[in-house]
Amino acid sequence: MSTTAIDPVVERVGVITSPLPVAPVPVEDTWQKVKLARHPERPHTHDYISRLFSGYIELHGDRRFGDDQALIGGLACFEGRNVVVMGQQKGKDTRDNIKRNFGMPCAEGYRKALRLFRLGEKFGFPIICFIDTPGAYPGLQSEERGVAQAIAENLLVLAALRVPVIATIIGEGGSGGALAIGLADRVLMLENSIYSVASPEASAAILWHDASLASEAATSMKVAAPQILQMGLIDEVIQEPDGGAHTNPSESAGLLKAALLRNLEELEFETGETNGGIDGLLEKRYWKFRSMGAWQQA
Amino acid sequence: MSSGNLVPKNSPDPAQRFKSEKPFPAQPPKPGLDEEILWHKCPVCKELTFIKHFARNLKVCPHCNTPNRLRWNERLNYLLDPGSFVELNSDLVGADPLQFQTRTESYARKLQDTRRKTGLNDGLVSGYGRVRGQPLAVAVADFTFMGASMGSVFGEKLVRLAEFAIKNRLPLLTISNSGGARMHEGLFSLMQMAKTTAALAKLGQAQLPHIALLVDPCYGGVTASYTMVADVILAEPGALIGFAGPRVIEQTTRQSLPQGFQTAEFLLDHGMLDQVVERKNLPSHLADLLGLLKVKPLTFKQAFDFTPAFQKSFVAPEVGN
Ligand SMILES: [Zn+2]
Repeated sequence: MSTTAIDPVVERVGVITSPLPVAPVPVEDTWQKVKLARHPERPHTHDYISRLFSGYIELHGDRRFGDDQALIGGLACFEGRNVVVMGQQKGKDTRDNIKRNFGMPCAEGYRKALRLFRLGEKFGFPIICFIDTPGAYPGLQSEERGVAQAIAENLLVLAALRVPVIATIIGEGGSGGALAIGLADRVLMLENSIYSVASPEASAAILWHDASLASEAATSMKVAAPQILQMGLIDEVIQEPDGGAHTNPSESAGLLKAALLRNLEELEFETGETNGGIDGLLEKRYWKFRSMGAWQQA
Repeated sequence: MSSGNLVPKNSPDPAQRFKSEKPFPAQPPKPGLDEEILWHKCPVCKELTFIKHFARNLKVCPHCNTPNRLRWNERLNYLLDPGSFVELNSDLVGADPLQFQTRTESYARKLQDTRRKTGLNDGLVSGYGRVRGQPLAVAVADFTFMGASMGSVFGEKLVRLAEFAIKNRLPLLTISNSGGARMHEGLFSLMQMAKTTAALAKLGQAQLPHIALLVDPCYGGVTASYTMVADVILAEPGALIGFAGPRVIEQTTRQSLPQGFQTAEFLLDHGMLDQVVERKNLPSHLADLLGLLKVKPLTFKQAFDFTPAFQKSFVAPEVGN
């Protein structure tokens, strides 16, 4: 993507051709991916934070209501530079999962993320996000405290955040609850992760009022990382060890680290004063998402 | 109450600059099926209303005050100055990027059928017009088109409209009712949340107001994106607004939900919107709001700083202001 200037003729701006049709994948293969992405032993956000970063200091709370354990984050050092790191956190076992709400943040989780975005912007630290959630928590409290507003505000702030942002889907990327920390300059996916407009179960419920058709929904929505790369909606697929990330977490972390570092260095280069600076980065970020869509002229 | 028929006061306004495209149709593209039905039965209080009285009452039940759902053109008829609406980008249609196909369903087919049935190309109609003489860019969702779900066309039209508003210094009104993201376009639909909200960030940087009107029902990706970041958020009485639907919440959490959950009044109580406004008061209310949120013309400095495109179109002055 190299366009940075807005065409003065807005009615005709950005006519984008439909992407090539994405090759279908058999239902069993897709469901295998979904199971891998949700594997209970799969490394989660905190595993990657402790393997990839040094001096991690967790910061708690949204300063408005509470501390959502389904989304964690803080300050850390990544290969010699300070960063803000965060992600949805699934539990290791049932008890932990109850504490983490199965990685489904409420409004206060997203507002914690918002606070951390602003912290990073203030000190000029890049933002590293790990996405691993079936979606934002669908519950009474979540609605009462405005989870939709919290997600929307994150999108608004991320669209203009004056530091580089990299998001990686490490397991499940489900719905607005994933995107709320995923409007980034670079969006990466681990090979066996999935990214979808709603969780396969929710999609099946919405489409056919039957959550048991989840595998069919996942297949027809094409949720696997390589397919999404083909659609042009992410930048890169990061390889995992044979059998999935859980079979060799340290190798998986190494592959993730290399990809993060390369992308971060590229973004740092791009934001250099001679290469367009932060304003150039923001224009590119705008156009990255501005170009996403497929339509035709009737 | 005699709204909607005022003669536009000030004629030299920005909207005068655009004198093209088709005029606002006086009739719905398809008159609808309930032509022969003489009585409207209220789904809430079950009372019957003579159809002409119902229409005269802006399709609000006179017995219990429940506003009925409106097609896009009814909505604009009730809201905008007569004949002031000009549609933009009506020719965009969905492209089925996933070739969405299951044993029972084909998106391409569904799009085709829905287009024929509704007379629309997608669930969002965008353009510009006037409310009591004040020009504005307006987008209105039509629930009859696949639940006005947000896919690529919805997102693209909204973003083009925001860019149009920026270019022509117009305030933006979005009228949303939607079932959420369009599943048939998969992740493309999710990305429309990012795309539309990013465009509204630009509208905000240009110091232009965005007023969101939420009407029944409004859920999912539409609530969790451009609507909830508006400067002023209005809703019609009783409109159901939320992120997850009550059925999903009950199934997931087994919580019993309080009465009035996710109604406009519930959201007002919880600080999520500014006002609940009755349909008959909307034109005057909007006009008052637009009057207060006066659009400021750009200073030269702002215009210069605004985008690289602006910078290219100006000759750089000797001394910056
Ligand atoms: Zn009634």
